Amino acid sequence: MALARETLTINMGPQHPSTHGVLRLVLELEGEVIVSCQPVIGYLHTGIEKEMEHRTYHQNIPLVDRIEYLSSYHEELAYCTAVEKLLGLSVPKRAQYIRVILCELNRIASHLVWLGTTGIDLNVSSLLMYCFRDRERILELSEMVSGQRMMPGYFRIGGVAADLPEAFAPAVRRFLDEFPRRLDEYEAMLTDNLIWRRRHEGVAVLSREDALRYGVTGPTLRASGIAYDVRKAFPYSSYEDFEFDVPTGERGDAYDRYRVRMEEMRQARRIVLQALDRLPGGPVITDDRKVALPPRGELVRSMEAVIHQFKLVSEGIHPPKGEVYAAVESPRGEKGYYIVSDGSNRPVRVRVRAPSFSNLQALPSMVRGGMLADVVVAIASIDIVLGDVDR
Amino acid sequence: MSGPAFPTPVQAFLADRFGEDVLEAHAFRGDATVVVRRERVVEALRALREDPWRFEMLVDLTAWDRFPAEPRFEVVYHLLSPSRGERLRVKTRAPGDDPTVPSAVAVFPGANWFEREVWDLFGVRFEGHPNLVRILMPDDWEGHPLRRDYPLTEEPVEFRGHVPKVPSEIVPRVPPPGEGP
Repeated sequence: MALARETLTINMGPQHPSTHGVLRLVLELEGEVIVSCQPVIGYLHTGIEKEMEHRTYHQNIPLVDRIEYLSSYHEELAYCTAVEKLLGLSVPKRAQYIRVILCELNRIASHLVWLGTTGIDLNVSSLLMYCFRDRERILELSEMVSGQRMMPGYFRIGGVAADLPEAFAPAVRRFLDEFPRRLDEYEAMLTDNLIWRRRHEGVAVLSREDALRYGVTGPTLRASGIAYDVRKAFPYSSYEDFEFDVPTGERGDAYDRYRVRMEEMRQARRIVLQALDRLPGGPVITDDRKVALPPRGELVRSMEAVIHQFKLVSEGIHPPKGEVYAAVESPRGEKGYYIVSDGSNRPVRVRVRAPSFSNLQALPSMVRGGMLADVVVAIASIDIVLGDVDR
Repeated sequence: MSGPAFPTPVQAFLADRFGEDVLEAHAFRGDATVVVRRERVVEALRALREDPWRFEMLVDLTAWDRFPAEPRFEVVYHLLSPSRGERLRVKTRAPGDDPTVPSAVAVFPGANWFEREVWDLFGVRFEGHPNLVRILMPDDWEGHPLRRDYPLTEEPVEFRGHVPKVPSEIVPRVPPPGEGP
C-alpha cells in the first residue's frame, strides 16, 4: 500500500520572535520541507497614507518617520525630496550634505539592527549586544542634531531644521575611527564561521530573474547580482559628489546578502567621511519664504516675514498642481514617494512605495523547497520592517 | 530640475504603436508619463518590458481617487529599467461605476500584492488576478478606505469629557490661489 502524500499546514506568527514584528506565515510542509508559503500581512496597518491626505505637507514629516522606523532619516529624505521636486525647489548644498551624513549614519545603524537580530535568530545572542552598543553611538549622534534618538523629525522641506552642533563632527569622527575595527571583529566572528556559513550559504536563494520579476530592491537585489542602487542610478541630495562602491553578490543567497550589507556599512562610513571633509558653509534651509519659515530675528523687523510665518503655520505650503515620484536608497531598498497635488495646502494622494513590501513578496519563492528552519534565515536576510510593509 | 527632452523616445514609441489608445503623454518635473486606455495597458506594459526598452521592473503600482471627477480612478504603474537607468510612469483610468482594470500579474508577478492593495484600499478590481482578496485591511472590512468619499474618522474612546472631533477638519483645506473655496 502506497503511503498517501500528506502535507501539514502550520502557522508561524504573527507573534513569533523571528518574524521581526507582526508577520504571519502560513506554511505548508511535507516533513520539514516547505511546499508553499503564504505571508499574511496587515497587522500593523495604520492608514498613514490616508492620514497624510488630511494634513499639510509639513505636518506629514513626523508621520513618515514612523513608517520605516529603523531608518527614519531616509523616510524623511524621500518625502522631502518628493515635495521639493513637486515645488521645483533646490536645497542648499550644506543641507544636502548634512542629509547625506545623517542618512548614511542611519544606514549603518539600521544594518547593525539587521546584523544583531539575525544573530538572535541564529542563536548568536551576544552579537546583538555588540551591535546595539555601536548603534547606540549613532543614536546619540542623532540626538545631538535633532534631539531625538529615533523619529528625529529633523529634515524640513527645503533643508534641515537646524545647523549641526559644533561637537557633532568630532563625535562622528571618533565613532567612525573606531567603527572599522568593530566591523572587523564581527566579520572575524562570522564570515568564516562554520555554523554561520552553513546556515547562510545556499539558503533562501533568489535568482536574478525572480528579483526583477518581484520588484525586489536594495541589498537583497544587489546580492542577486544586479548593481542597481538609487544613489548611483538617479543621484539625489548630491550623492554624485561622493565616491563609493556598490557591492554586489553572485548567488543571491542569504550569505551574499550578509556580505553585501557588511560592505555597505564600510561604504557608508566612506561617504560620511567625504561629506564631513567637504561640508560646505552657507544656509541649511532654503530662503524661499513660501516654503520655509523666516528666521526668528526677521520677525521683529519685517511685516512681510510675519505674514509669511502666519501663512506657513496656519495654511502651509501650496505646491503647484501635478504629480511626482521621488525615490531614495533606504537600507532596505528603493523608498519612493508618489505625491499628487491639486494646488491646495494638503496632498491629494501620498503613496509610499515600501521596499519591504516588494521584498517580502519574493519570500515564498525563496523558501519553497527549503527547510522549515531556513525560513527564519530567509526572513532575517531580507531585513523587513513591518511598519514599512503595512504602513 | 531638468528632465529629458519631451517627448522621450519611449513616449514617442508608445504614441506610434498605440495611436489613439495613448490618451496623454507629458512630463512634469522630469517624470515622463503616458496615459494608456485601460483595454490596452497590459499590452503596453508587456511591450515596454521587452527590448529595446527593457523596463524589467515594476517598481510600484498604485492608484488615486479623483472623486468627484470622472473617470474616477487612476491606476499608476511606475516602471524602471535597471539596465538603462530610466523610469517611466504609465497610467490608466477607470470610471467610478465600473472600476475594473486588467491585471498585470501575467507580465509582472510582483504586481500581485500591489493589485491586492489597490483593490483593498480603493475598490478597483483587477480582471484576471489570481487571488484578489484584501491584503492590509481585515477580511470583513466594509468599504475601501483610501477613496476620497470615505471619511477619516476618530476612533471612539470611552473617556469622560471627550469631545469628538472630525480629524479631517483640524487642518482645513485651503484651495490654491485663484480657485474658489
